[in-house]
Amino acid sequence: MINKMRTSFLATPYAIWVMICTILPLFYILGYALTNDAGSFTLSNLTAIADPVHLKSLWLSIRVAFFTTAICLLLAYPVALILHNLKLTNKGLVVFLFILPMWMNFMLRILAWQIILSNNGILNSILSTLGLPTLHILYTETAVTLGMVYDFLPYMILPIYNALSKINDQVVEAAADLGANWWTTFTKVTLPLSKDGIISGIIMVFVPALSSFVVSNLLGGGKVLLIGNVIEQEFTLARNWNLGSGLSIILMIFVLLSMSVMNKVDDSENGGMPV
Amino acid sequence: MNKFKKGASSLYLALIFLFLYAPILVLIVLSFNDSMSRTVWGGFTLKWYANLSSNDNIMEALGTTIKITLTSSIFATILGTTAAIGIHYMKKRHTAIMLGATNIPLLNADIVTGISLMLLFTRFTPLGEFSVILAHIAFSVPYVIFNVLPRLQSLSEACFEAATDLGATPMYAFYKVVWPEIFPGVLSGFLMALTMSLDDFTITYFTKGAGVNTLSTMLYTQLRKGIQPELYALSTILFLLAFALLLVINFKGSARKEVVKNEK
Amino acid sequence: MEFIQFDHVSKSYEKQLILDELDLYIKENTFVTLLGPSGCGKTTTLRLLGGFEKPDSGKIYLNGNDITALPANLRPINTVFQKYALFPHMTIEENIGFGLKIQKKSKDYINDKIKYALKLVNLDGFEKRSIDSLSGGQQQRIAIARAIVNEPKVLLLDEPLGALDLKLRQSMQYELMKIKQELGITFLYVTHDQEEALTMSDTIVVMNQGYIQQIGTPEDIYNEPENAFVADFIGESNIIEGIMIKDELVSFLGVQVPCVDKGFGTMKPVDVVIRPEDVELDAPGKGFMDGVITDCLFKGVHYELDVQCGEYEWLVHTTKYFEVGQKVSLNVIPFNIQIMNKPESEDEEVLKEDDQ
Repeated sequence: MINKMRTSFLATPYAIWVMICTILPLFYILGYALTNDAGSFTLSNLTAIADPVHLKSLWLSIRVAFFTTAICLLLAYPVALILHNLKLTNKGLVVFLFILPMWMNFMLRILAWQIILSNNGILNSILSTLGLPTLHILYTETAVTLGMVYDFLPYMILPIYNALSKINDQVVEAAADLGANWWTTFTKVTLPLSKDGIISGIIMVFVPALSSFVVSNLLGGGKVLLIGNVIEQEFTLARNWNLGSGLSIILMIFVLLSMSVMNKVDDSENGGMPV
Repeated sequence: MNKFKKGASSLYLALIFLFLYAPILVLIVLSFNDSMSRTVWGGFTLKWYANLSSNDNIMEALGTTIKITLTSSIFATILGTTAAIGIHYMKKRHTAIMLGATNIPLLNADIVTGISLMLLFTRFTPLGEFSVILAHIAFSVPYVIFNVLPRLQSLSEACFEAATDLGATPMYAFYKVVWPEIFPGVLSGFLMALTMSLDDFTITYFTKGAGVNTLSTMLYTQLRKGIQPELYALSTILFLLAFALLLVINFKGSARKEVVKNEK
Repeated sequence: MEFIQFDHVSKSYEKQLILDELDLYIKENTFVTLLGPSGCGKTTTLRLLGGFEKPDSGKIYLNGNDITALPANLRPINTVFQKYALFPHMTIEENIGFGLKIQKKSKDYINDKIKYALKLVNLDGFEKRSIDSLSGGQQQRIAIARAIVNEPKVLLLDEPLGALDLKLRQSMQYELMKIKQELGITFLYVTHDQEEALTMSDTIVVMNQGYIQQIGTPEDIYNEPENAFVADFIGESNIIEGIMIKDELVSFLGVQVPCVDKGFGTMKPVDVVIRPEDVELDAPGKGFMDGVITDCLFKGVHYELDVQCGEYEWLVHTTKYFEVGQKVSLNVIPFNIQIMNKPESEDEEVLKEDDQ
């Protein structure tokens, strides 16, 4: 009954929008990346990644992103599992609790971590009152990783929680029925069946962690130079847009690479909806 | 054993929520701190709240932020909802292409999205509020689409057909049958767009040009000189407003569900 | 002590009492069906035995051992779930071998068992297939195979055929009986389908509102329902209020009719149950009661007639066709008149409204 042809034309404005605001900008960045100041073709903006400074930043970014993702996963899975076991009727409440912090400005939240972690900050006053040794982690890689874990943790929890909600309770019961104890049921049934959520979560944490530059600015104090910081500086300080674009392309390649690796792991994935 | 497990679970959840909300607590406390120092408690005050409206810098940034956030999320919601309906009725292959393109801003690194949009905009228009709004629409439309589309997919085609069978025009059938079903998706898409736009720094930073400041970008420039405490006050107000708003929406939603349950 | 024993088992959900002091005994190597409308407590009974729920009070024994507190994974009982509950991320082979692997059986043993089980459910050679390549009926067979390879002492089946179409359901009923015979273990089967229950069971337990209404062989349950609920739930019946005048004589609808029942006392109010196929139609004046045909429907094997006799409308099955409006007379031989006590408690009485 619905005139599908005619209704599908409703997407036309969006299709045009996608062409202009999604696809075209990518060609622009590619154009800048493959040219120099004078506008002639060059690959030097891409090969610039081999520069030891850039290479070091890239490696550092990958390391920080890796640890951020791993810690997020380790923290998030139990959270999702506990929340799932609560069998809440109102699932929106869970989303609500994890989205709410975003309404406090992101910059301020990271700044608050600066205040918490600083040498005479809240954490250390608590530690010294308890008679424990104080920590001096602000402006280190550890602080940057902690800030990123903080910022991206909800992106890991929500997809895993969603995936767990989709598992048929009877399947879990069937495992117990066939003699599996809690641990076997978890490793053989629950974990594999929540794989899609884990992979979504990994992508949603790893990609922004790889490319972030604000957290490292605030909690790294300029001492932790990630690839995102290098790119930002090329645009704002050095004003070398071509080099900045080149490095962005390299970053994109790494993002695509990591996603295709994840998709290989998840051979059964059908569609790329991350939320 | 079971009790121990329960206790451990609750403790763990509490710790995670402490982790997520500790910085917010710190900021709220700071908004009442009489000292300019970030680490010393100088007594309770409301002066930062009182000073807020007379701080032109902050009020201007707030105005810009609200303008950008509201405009972009409203446009994103309209564009995204029509797009979702269109995509839903497309041929399968076209749907896949459109969804692939829609995923790009979600999966691409923010910094790359910001830079690529900036490179495009500088060619055609001076950077400013307008370019920021365009950029915000660009990254929030996917959230709307991915919130509306599942609603459409779970909607039975038979409902629409039944409505037309009973004599409704397609427009009327859409309004009476389809729209109420997808509305929750549209609303959550809108809220998501609102949240993402309000919380965004990176893309705004690259597409804003000189002279325009949202709260996020203003904070970024103030980081080195020190934050004006009025900003803690403003953020606390915004946070509490959001908290109240989301609470109302959430409870209204669950109250309605409750009614439906009872009717069964 | 019986093989399976429920001893004063109570269970409630969210303050709603599902089972109230249930006592149930099940003999070894029988096919027992829990039959009743939805919400009657049959599935809860099954889940209690499977170990998926814990009773609020009471004890459950298996083979003389108290298993009330034993978790599901340690019970020698396996379940065939309503919606199959196969593991979607595993092949058929992995699904069936799941329990055996946990028992740390040898590879050869597991492979042999899988082969045997697949043969038993008529799916030889399906080892490597994935779950989503199977039809509903095939998935159900795999679910059965997955349960029986573990050689459980009891197999629980929770409306396993509910999702299948009529033809397939009938052939699966036959197959289940065959499997039961081959394995020689106790089957506890839950269904709301009376025909299924009558076909397969050695013993039927009719339940309603958390109470057992009657336990008996399919013949007992069908021919001699103990109360109006059972009579109404099992097949169609004419259930009429009457008075037992004395042994072997009952009065209903203003006539006195001889029957074979004794021991109800004199002038006792009772329910009279007469199956529609037991009513014989004759020329007017020849039976105990005259009436007019008000409806005649062809049902394949028989005609279904409505016969109005004064206030009461009888349901009658015949193989002969009758005109609507035709005058007839009703006859029932004494043996086919079933007398039942009036329900004593309210709980026994509530019935028709929550039939499926």
